[in-house]
Amino acid sequence: MMFELFEILASALLLIGGFFILIGALGMVKLPDFYTRLHAPTKATTLGIGCILLASLGLHALRGQSLSVQELVISLFLFITAPVSAYMIAKAALHRRTPLVKHTLNRQLSRDIVHRQAPKNASTEAECDD
Amino acid sequence: MLNTILALVAVLVGLALVLNAIRLLLGPSTADRILALDTMYINSIALIVLLGLHLGSDMYFEAALLIAMLGFVGTAALAKYMLRGDIIE
Repeated sequence: MMFELFEILASALLLIGGFFILIGALGMVKLPDFYTRLHAPTKATTLGIGCILLASLGLHALRGQSLSVQELVISLFLFITAPVSAYMIAKAALHRRTPLVKHTLNRQLSRDIVHRQAPKNASTEAECDD
Repeated sequence: MLNTILALVAVLVGLALVLNAIRLLLGPSTADRILALDTMYINSIALIVLLGLHLGSDMYFEAALLIAMLGFVGTAALAKYMLRGDIIE
């Protein structure tokens, strides 16, 4: 009884995870320009893989194998690195002047960030490289 | 029941990989292609975890962890190369 309940819970988590991963991929194909496309994989896909890893953690603990820490490490690592890589790609795209969609507001900001320099008297952050 | 669900979710993730490959092939800018590769390694981690669940083995998580780390390093290196024209200055 308890076993089946946990299995149904893990199945629901797996289905939700697959659904969100598919939503992320659909958004990446359908959305109009790069900066809107950046939203779909970094949010929906991260949530989806978090759900799948959580279900995997529960199922492995349920099958009597040792409670493996690796799923937790993977999901923690992905949750930390997804915003960092999204920031790096977005900044590189801004410097390459990737075209914006037609109705974007505050276009001046995308031109300003290209010319932005590091502060002159930043003695503690001397090795900041842009 | 769980095996059916696993097969269904694997189909969903495979479909997502195909959509990412479409974006990788026709992405108009370089940033789109890097973003597609970044999403593809995350989806491949999901696929490997599903395979490990199906086979009941926990050896696949080391491969998934390795892909997670190397994928982030690859994305960071590609973004850096696009930004500066060089990786290690």
